[in-house]
Amino acid sequence: MAAVQEQELTGWKKWLASIGDQCIFFTRFFRNIFTGGFEWSEFVRQCYEIGYRSMMLVGITSFIMGAVLILQLRPSFVKFGEESMLPVSLTISLIREIGPVITALICAGKIASSIGAELGSMKVTEQIDAMEVSGANPLQYLVVTRILAVTIMVPLLTVIGDVIGLFGGFLAINFTDSISFYLYFHKCIAAIDFSDFIPAFVKTIFFGFAIGFVGCYKGFNSNKGTASVGIAANSAVVTASLWIFVIDAFCVQITSLLFYR
Amino acid sequence: MRFVFKSPAYYFIGSMEAVKEIKKEAVKAKNEVVISINNLKKSFGKNEVLTDITMDVHRGENVVVMGRSGEGKSVTIECIVGLLTPDGGSLKVFGDEVAKMSDKELRQLRMKIGFLFQSGALFDSMTVRENLEFPLTRVLKITEQHELDARVKEVLEGVGLLDAVDKMPADLSGGMRKRIGLARTLIIKPEIMLYDEPTTGLDPITSREISELILDMQKKYKTTSVIITHDMECARITADRVLIMDDGKYIAEGTFESLHKSKNEIVKAFFKDIS
Repeated sequence: MAAVQEQELTGWKKWLASIGDQCIFFTRFFRNIFTGGFEWSEFVRQCYEIGYRSMMLVGITSFIMGAVLILQLRPSFVKFGEESMLPVSLTISLIREIGPVITALICAGKIASSIGAELGSMKVTEQIDAMEVSGANPLQYLVVTRILAVTIMVPLLTVIGDVIGLFGGFLAINFTDSISFYLYFHKCIAAIDFSDFIPAFVKTIFFGFAIGFVGCYKGFNSNKGTASVGIAANSAVVTASLWIFVIDAFCVQITSLLFYR
Repeated sequence: MRFVFKSPAYYFIGSMEAVKEIKKEAVKAKNEVVISINNLKKSFGKNEVLTDITMDVHRGENVVVMGRSGEGKSVTIECIVGLLTPDGGSLKVFGDEVAKMSDKELRQLRMKIGFLFQSGALFDSMTVRENLEFPLTRVLKITEQHELDARVKEVLEGVGLLDAVDKMPADLSGGMRKRIGLARTLIIKPEIMLYDEPTTGLDPITSREISELILDMQKKYKTTSVIITHDMECARITADRVLIMDDGKYIAEGTFESLHKSKNEIVKAFFKDIS
């Protein structure tokens, strides 16, 4: 990895070197999961930092998203006299697509940038080098714990966000119409089955992995210099967001082939 | 069984031989080359940093490397510890070629080398205690809390900062951070210490204290040291031998006093302000 940074490559050679570098980083990450000495305490701390600390942001955004979706959908449904279908369409769109993608994008903004900036500043202040020269394994302590924590926490945040989004929808429906809490949630739950929930849940695992991996890769491989901390954080958000859409496109295709033919 | 009588002279000569053997071993150990660098080359793109570096560092020796900024002094010690891979030449530590080591061998080598970074490189999300325990629990795999406490206490007493044990790095001054950084590297009892500008950015009094601390720690832990510095006072206090670097290679070598009298223009420029 250092070899790539040391050489001044340009154009497609630089791009290819970067791809190769990411493959090596990916292999090293996987190898380190199984090499023993897993940092449990750091992993739990990261789960708390990444999961618990993002819950408020995900909750508020999902609540607003649920309410806004209902307010946007209602006029069209009224035209067709199908207001009673609002909980059903909200649930399906929220569970299948909006919930996972919005939550993942929020996490890309919050988590990928914070991991990129944290590891980037550790690189600049030689903390990662210090870990490495002490004979410890910085990949095990910094990278494995963070990527696994994000991979686990993003799906959980998505589930929480989906439920809160449904509450937002309930509130929005009751602005103009009147529906009981019990009837609303009965309609919501009746609208979905496992073929809606499972593919969406699996998709969020990949989203989580992409966010963690990109954040760690950008931070761990940032150049030495204070400006590179900002660059690492920024490119982590941009790349992770892009990956979320690419993964989403792939997952929709696979899900369509498997479940909705 | 046949009993063979041996005179007292036999035993006396025998013990004398043993003493001679021990002395010989001690001299041999003292002359043992722990770091051997030959024709080392390192470039970053088109920028040739190290053009031809050759040096030997003997066990127990304090070698100070001086040179202008950007000459590749830090690059040399980063190659020694395997953070950078040389482009050419040979670099052996304890007789083994660093560039050819596997990850496992490199990790084992690093357990014998302490590296003090210019900034101290303390892990800023951890307290001083956690910083010091980090290499003990991860590298030496020590899990007994009483042993961890004893080691932490020993090194903190050594650097005179026992009170700072529960502080965060952000609460420490520059000099304190360097001391804690030194304590963290010494806690695994390395055989070789590499110092990257240990006194940079410190006031003259603290610089002197750090230089004396380096010397004290070297005597206490019997380490071999390579010290990269611009600080002449630090060099004077710590050096057994000084190497002057220019244009990617060493141009002068000797004791601090001998180089002080050197006729070489570049060497004279370094010692200009020394009375």
